[in-house]
Amino acid sequence: MNKYITAYYLDEGKLLKGVKQIKSKGVKIKDVLSPFPVHGLDKALGLRRSRLARVAFAGGAIGAIAGFGFQTWVFTSAYPINFGGKPYFSAPSFIPVTFETTVLFSAFSMVFAFLIASKLLPGENPVILDERVTDDHFLVVIELDEESTEESIKEIEKALKEAGAEGIIIKA
Amino acid sequence: MENITFTLTKKIVTICIIMVSIGLLALVYGLIAGLGGERISANILLNNYYFLGMGLIGLFFVAVHAIAESGWQVSVQRIGEAMSTFIPIAGILMLLFFVFGGLHSIYDWTHPEHIDEILAKKAPYLNEPFFYIRLIIYFAIWSLLSFYIRKTSRELDNQKDIRYFHKLRKLSAIFIVTYAITSVTSAWDWLMSLDAHWFSTLYGWYIFMSMLASGVSMIIIILYLLKRMGYMTHVNNEHIHDLGKYLFGFSLFWAYLWFSQYMLIWYANIPEETIYFSERLDHFKPIFMANIIVNLAIPLLLLMTRDAKRAFWMLIPVAITVFIGHWIDLYQIIMPGAVGGEKAGIGFLEIGLTIGYLGLFFLVVFYSLSKSPLVPKNHPFYNESQDYHTNY
Repeated sequence: MNKYITAYYLDEGKLLKGVKQIKSKGVKIKDVLSPFPVHGLDKALGLRRSRLARVAFAGGAIGAIAGFGFQTWVFTSAYPINFGGKPYFSAPSFIPVTFETTVLFSAFSMVFAFLIASKLLPGENPVILDERVTDDHFLVVIELDEESTEESIKEIEKALKEAGAEGIIIKA
Repeated sequence: MENITFTLTKKIVTICIIMVSIGLLALVYGLIAGLGGERISANILLNNYYFLGMGLIGLFFVAVHAIAESGWQVSVQRIGEAMSTFIPIAGILMLLFFVFGGLHSIYDWTHPEHIDEILAKKAPYLNEPFFYIRLIIYFAIWSLLSFYIRKTSRELDNQKDIRYFHKLRKLSAIFIVTYAITSVTSAWDWLMSLDAHWFSTLYGWYIFMSMLASGVSMIIIILYLLKRMGYMTHVNNEHIHDLGKYLFGFSLFWAYLWFSQYMLIWYANIPEETIYFSERLDHFKPIFMANIIVNLAIPLLLLMTRDAKRAFWMLIPVAITVFIGHWIDLYQIIMPGAVGGEKAGIGFLEIGLTIGYLGLFFLVVFYSLSKSPLVPKNHPFYNESQDYHTNY
């Protein structure tokens, strides 16, 4: 993303109204960066639902099978030990470890899926559009492409101003 | 215009009264058919405890959210308050039941000839006078606090004064602290002492979680019934989603505690502890297995996705399953100790009596709902609950 327009809001209520107004003008919003989750923003932006839950389920399922399978292999064939006369295959005693591996695998798969999806893996160069979004500013980002002319940029700027956005920065 | 006052129609009252008469019929049938005093007593205890739990969870629901100052529950708060009106009624029924023979027919420790060395050591706690004193203390605390919490909540709505909001929080805190203790000791008194020789330190939490899961399922069912009758239009998918999350989460936590208790006893393999499970596995195996499948597998698999938690067509069948499931849970807790494998069973007595209690419970809840507006419009968090939005 080389060419873009950013503008910020200081209040999440105004942001929510502004986003709706900008969208109604036919301007495509690339993203909104906010210091905390804003209720209703996902709907206003028309974002798709996160697919992180599916990753978590897949990771958890793999973790459960791996944990249970590993213990079954260890305690029945690789290194069977007799614990207090219990059978080698004692499912109840495998459950706690299976539970932990389920949680571990699903958590790790979610973390890595998130890092990959948001390009935050080590070695990536994250673009910092405005440092104030980590504090108290809500940043609206609009992407420009090769076809956007000066006129269209002016129109976007006008729409932003009408929607109450402040500090408009154009990088074209 | 939203319909905010619930009117108790003749139809509801008639249905409830028919249900109560089925219950009474079942009781009469039990007496005539000679099913034995133990089985009848155990069934009354089961249902009384189960629906008392519903009432307590209604109050717990209100109290815990008042302390946390959460916003979304304001839209369904009245259901919890209405459920808590059942507490004093369950208390009176419980006291009558114990006084008129219930205590002696199913509790072994009340018979002097059954007192052995172990029970003699437990006697300072498990004796009849102290049992009754505790019972009265429990119900006095619960009924009074439920009365004052309801009253404060109504005052908050009428007077628009923030002082009542703080008072509600204070009362709720008192309830949570006392309930943390009394829920455990009451579970020892009424349920664990059925197997007087056996003990488990995890028991109180396990019973409480069973109550919580079934109580949340009841809140969902009542919400659905009200919505079907055209009320509660202000409750949207977001609120239903959160109730679904509760049902899902508490069902899992119930299973966690069930397994914690089971696995420790299974692993240690000490006869005085394993007798509890060997009795259930020998004589109540189908019920014992159904308990885990119905209360863990069904909520876990069916409510896992977001869409399932948000839609009544999926949530209601699961809520009804969990409601039946925790009845089964209580059945396998009570019956082996109180009645024993030979005499216990599930027949018209069990099902009819449960229907009767359900009718009584609904009658009380719907009557209470009609007494105050369904929507606490003046609650400080009312607008927050209307703007509420859950992402995932």
